[in-house]
Amino acid sequence: MGKLKYALFTGCTAKQSTPEQMMSTMAVAEKLDIELIELTEASCCGASHLQDYDDFLSLVLNARNIAYAEKHDLTMVTICNTCQLNTAMTKHRLDNNADLKKRVNEKLEEVGLVYAGTSKITHFLYAIIDDFGLDKLKEMVVTPLSQFNIAPFYGCHNIRPSELQNETHDTPENPYNPSSLDDLIIACGGQTVDYEEKNKCCGFHAELQSPKVAATLTGNAIAGAMDGNADWMVTPCPLCHLKLDTQTGHASHAIGREVSLPVLHMQQMIGLALGCPPETLGMKHHVTKVDFV
Amino acid sequence: MSTNAITTQKVNFNVFRFNADEDYLPYYEDYSMDVTSEEVVLDILNRIKWDHDGSFSYRRSCRHGICGTCAIKVNGRVTLACKESMTDMIEVFGNELVIEPLSKKRAIKDMIIDKADFWEKHEQVTPYLDTEIDEAPTAENLVTPAQADALDEADLCIQCGACHYACPVVEISDDFMGPAAFAAAYRFEADVRDGNESRLTDVNKMGSGVWDCVKCFECAEACPKEINPIEKIGKLHNMLFQSGKAESNVATRHAVGFEKSIKRVGVLDEGGLVLYSELAGIVKHVPVALKMFSKGKIVPPWGITKSDNLDEIQKLVKSSSTAKF
Repeated sequence: MGKLKYALFTGCTAKQSTPEQMMSTMAVAEKLDIELIELTEASCCGASHLQDYDDFLSLVLNARNIAYAEKHDLTMVTICNTCQLNTAMTKHRLDNNADLKKRVNEKLEEVGLVYAGTSKITHFLYAIIDDFGLDKLKEMVVTPLSQFNIAPFYGCHNIRPSELQNETHDTPENPYNPSSLDDLIIACGGQTVDYEEKNKCCGFHAELQSPKVAATLTGNAIAGAMDGNADWMVTPCPLCHLKLDTQTGHASHAIGREVSLPVLHMQQMIGLALGCPPETLGMKHHVTKVDFV
Repeated sequence: MSTNAITTQKVNFNVFRFNADEDYLPYYEDYSMDVTSEEVVLDILNRIKWDHDGSFSYRRSCRHGICGTCAIKVNGRVTLACKESMTDMIEVFGNELVIEPLSKKRAIKDMIIDKADFWEKHEQVTPYLDTEIDEAPTAENLVTPAQADALDEADLCIQCGACHYACPVVEISDDFMGPAAFAAAYRFEADVRDGNESRLTDVNKMGSGVWDCVKCFECAEACPKEINPIEKIGKLHNMLFQSGKAESNVATRHAVGFEKSIKRVGVLDEGGLVLYSELAGIVKHVPVALKMFSKGKIVPPWGITKSDNLDEIQKLVKSSSTAKF
């Protein structure tokens, strides 16, 4: 296998409210000898909210981001579930609607770009599973996480809608019984926690307009993991991470029960197992203290 | 007839039992059965009733995925019992299956639930063609194929409730209208013959309306008719902006704020978005924001890394915008 190389769409969160996610992504990529070319020209994906306001504009902007990955002739790797959804959804719609693709390309032409549909778009989690391989990862583990019960939190936008998501990676994932993150935990030597909320919503996208609903969903998720005897949670999505890590006060208040667990980004978990020094994984940026490192 | 040989395997069913007239709490009963590869979930419900316990109760009628009465949950997954093959269920969940009603807290007897909330919310969106009828028309009212396509298959809904009871917001918020009601609202809003003036405003309510969707896509996954309710919710959002009926509130500003930020810096200015959306309401975020700031999680406006080739993005925002606020 040659060196793996991807175009990295960081998304906005990794550059602002979850710096630890950016740090750990780079640390893990280095350990795994994966080359990531950052798409510094990329705009925000619209996070499924711009789409509510102006669907066509969001298609044009996402197509522009993909066009830059195509220029590198690389698969685009995302590290945020919502970036993954909006980018993959754009690709799906353009690849299946010649007229729409033509209209979007008319706009892109104005800035000298073209969307061809040649680049795959996949989340880093699936790039690791499909392209790098969990067996190989397992062999590289120097600090097995065997003493930990780890609760996977999948995040909606990596698993639903499943028809779209399963176009973006080789390993099939069932949204009602997902396994990718569990498999990753096991490859890192940890014990997985099975709980009802692992494939449920964290509430992030309704946080401003419907804070009570959002906080209840966050609270239920953490409570489910705690009841499953988890030592900590892990997620591939920085938006889920923000809810689970920073909103424990609101979440506890909403469900009438004190809830709090350390929450790691998927990349941080891999980094720990591979022996990356904790400071390169940005643990100090967590609001809920990561007390076991 | 299938050309594959029929196979049989042993499955254990853990079945939700409850009689609101007699039981204080629900309980689960185990039934072990040999299941053939040709059976659907409804066959299992029938066999529980016919072979094990005649008092077992569930709704069923057409057996063809049309009447929408037999929706239940298998291992937490909403399913139309008459449509869902047992082979698929076993493939996803293995040989230990949990059979439950669509909503446990609404259970009346076993699989039968009180669907009153579903129908009440459905009614709120005026789920019928609201139009002036010419009682003595001289010609047919023709709808072109393109106009019919605009419904985007929302008219295929069989009101089974699968999406409604798969929605996490419906589960925790009594007021939320839910994905089925929104899909119905879209179905009639998109119909050229409809002349209703208030429907779009009705679904626009803050605190129970279309803006409270958490975008989890559970409804899209659940729908046995592949109607994709969340896509219709998105289209209602678009219609609200296009019709000028979107009022300025935290939800609408939240959507518009993305465009403003992208135009300015290419990426999302997270703090700027919250400020633009919340206005004075930003104060309630201060305690969490301070904690985040102390952990290096808040980048000030002047510290944000702008997208490279920002001029391209700005040009595209200008040339490709289709909405106004």
